[in-house]
Amino acid sequence: MIFALGGNQNCGKTTLFNQLTGSNQHVGNFPGVTVEGKRGTIKGHPDVEVVDLPGIYSLSPYTSEEIVTRDFLINEKIDCIINITDATNIERNLYLSLQLMELDIPMVIALNMMDEMRENGNTIKIQKLSEALGVPVVPLAAVKNEGVDELVEIAIETAQHRAKPAVKDFCSGAVHRAIHSVAHLVEDHADRINVPSRFAATKLIEGDEPMMNALRLSDNEKDMLEHIVTEMETETGTDREAALADMRYDFIEKVCADTVIKTGKSKAHERSVKIDSVLTHKVWSIPIFVGIMAVIFWLTFGVIGAWLSDGFTVLIDKVIALIDMGLTSYGINPVVHSLIIDGVCAGVGSVLSFLPTIVVLFFFLSMLEDSGYMARVAFVMDKTLRKIGLSGRSFVPMIIGFGCSVPAIMASRTLPSDRDRKMTIILTPFMSCSAKLPIYSVFVMAFFAPYLRPVMMIFLYIFGMVMGVLVGLVLKKTAFHGEPVPFVMELPNYRMPGFKSVVMLIWDKAKDFITKAFTIIFTASVIIWFLQTFDTRLNVVTDSSMSMLALIGQLVSPIFRPLGFTDWRAATALITGFSAKEAVISTLSVLVGGNINAMLPTIFTTKAAISFLVFTLLYTPCVAAIAAVKRELHSRSMALLVVVGQTVFAWCVAAIVYNVIMLF
Amino acid sequence: MMTLDELEIGKSGVITAVNGEGALRRRLLDMGLTPRTKVMVRKVAPMGDPIEIHLRGYELTIRVDDAKDIEIERVAD
Repeated sequence: MIFALGGNQNCGKTTLFNQLTGSNQHVGNFPGVTVEGKRGTIKGHPDVEVVDLPGIYSLSPYTSEEIVTRDFLINEKIDCIINITDATNIERNLYLSLQLMELDIPMVIALNMMDEMRENGNTIKIQKLSEALGVPVVPLAAVKNEGVDELVEIAIETAQHRAKPAVKDFCSGAVHRAIHSVAHLVEDHADRINVPSRFAATKLIEGDEPMMNALRLSDNEKDMLEHIVTEMETETGTDREAALADMRYDFIEKVCADTVIKTGKSKAHERSVKIDSVLTHKVWSIPIFVGIMAVIFWLTFGVIGAWLSDGFTVLIDKVIALIDMGLTSYGINPVVHSLIIDGVCAGVGSVLSFLPTIVVLFFFLSMLEDSGYMARVAFVMDKTLRKIGLSGRSFVPMIIGFGCSVPAIMASRTLPSDRDRKMTIILTPFMSCSAKLPIYSVFVMAFFAPYLRPVMMIFLYIFGMVMGVLVGLVLKKTAFHGEPVPFVMELPNYRMPGFKSVVMLIWDKAKDFITKAFTIIFTASVIIWFLQTFDTRLNVVTDSSMSMLALIGQLVSPIFRPLGFTDWRAATALITGFSAKEAVISTLSVLVGGNINAMLPTIFTTKAAISFLVFTLLYTPCVAAIAAVKRELHSRSMALLVVVGQTVFAWCVAAIVYNVIMLF
Repeated sequence: MMTLDELEIGKSGVITAVNGEGALRRRLLDMGLTPRTKVMVRKVAPMGDPIEIHLRGYELTIRVDDAKDIEIERVAD
């Protein structure tokens, strides 16, 4: 059986998905499209798969997520839709439910946040609501895992009985007549493409173009459709889109009046208003945001992360020493010994030691997002971002970009316009991702006095942002001058992020990182070791400057002469950095042999090191990020443009920076 | 007749019409800004735009320019 889990944003969908599936989940694409969704099997029911749909508010034809959702629900054989709704915000949540019900698929409504409702002294008459809507309604408190088992049982039962939503006539009067006439009119066409005629009719009346094209109506039928719509518009005194939205909300208001009993105010809401009186304050909001980000970065890089990473490094070094000892006492062939210790261990180990820092950074970013603060940041920053032609919502992907460009690029999917999406994707890599962090730390440690180190780190991050803004301004004036986009965004109540969700997200990121260390970095390290150990005749070289790698590096290194670093090892590190940014450091560790902090100054002058950092900060994103760009923009040439464009840009900026600092 | 952007902070109005077109208008309707809905202006962002409004028990942010498309009638709180 396949269940689809759908609902608004901020209604606890991810929490429920995690409760349903536990750790049995994986990420996959929706068939035929590029929107990714999580899938998993339900705990205790290995034969039931559940697909996590994107968080949406409607099934309009205007955003890619909404189109994907409806195509998915229509084309896949879904056994049951689990529609999660926020009981504390029921009117707007049911708006999507009514549209889902028209799809004529067995459905269950999960009424989440019932614990909050109780706390506030409010109730919902579940039985009555269920009767009014014609679908089973299950009360739920996903965070506390209350009602989840009942929900699963009822969903399975509903699917087994193929119990389709029983009530579909939410309409009355002119709208009712119009929907029924159109449903009859297009019945054959709808059957042909396997769309419920009622759903097709509603969409046609709303003026939905994808539906219009899919149904392939004859001219005569189109005329009749327009006639019916015009009649409805005259009778209701409003236009087609407003009439239907109005009809749905009217129905919902009536149902809620009968079923929702409100005696107290929402505590979560009142709390949010209070918190917002500080966090989105006219004067204090921006300093507070800067402060929060500064504290996060300071904790991540200065306190917790650094402390954990130091400890972790000691551990890794111990393990490597142990392996080294074991291999030596076993009397293994020196070349194999070198492969394992100087190649694999040096490369993988140098990257792995940053795991704690990265986990800490993701922890904070997920806290910001899940608590509801990111939406406030978008609210506060919207006007600023509009200056570079974006909306406040682009800010969220960009902040995630400090963690990793891949999820950031994927997060840009929620942006409502193509132009915003493209621009956000292009600008995201300017936010230094966590993989660049090892590069910065190692270089800053090697070249700067302790008191200068935090300043240099922050400078690099800010420098990236400033460059992003400049590029944004140029893009706005050239390639992307276009229509301003809708910025209509919910400001959800602040909520304590669920412990389980945060832990699972961190585990996910840690797993990704470890996988990367043992796949991409492992392979890169072995290749680098091979190329630097042998010459072109496959003899073991005594000095790596005679190796194949040196040969390749020497071919490339003249390009970097204007940037101040000519050592072939620097060029090689930059090339391997394309596979993953951590590889820059793993490559350098393998190549310099011995303590990287002590050895780096033999390759770079301090000024050249700055230029190298600027170049690494700005040059092409890694392969994984480029693959994400290609997926999201459906364009090979755009992805190529990002690679070439950013590398050229990085070269120019680094050259300018180097030559300017040479003046001092 | 007045539009939503003209409403002072803390004041309420009832929507009489939602103008505009395309994706933006549909989004406003989908989010519950339909005729006869009561809205309250909660606050204005630090730089004067966008605004935060309260309707149907939740908070929504929209831009001042878009608020000009929403016609309202002032009501007492």
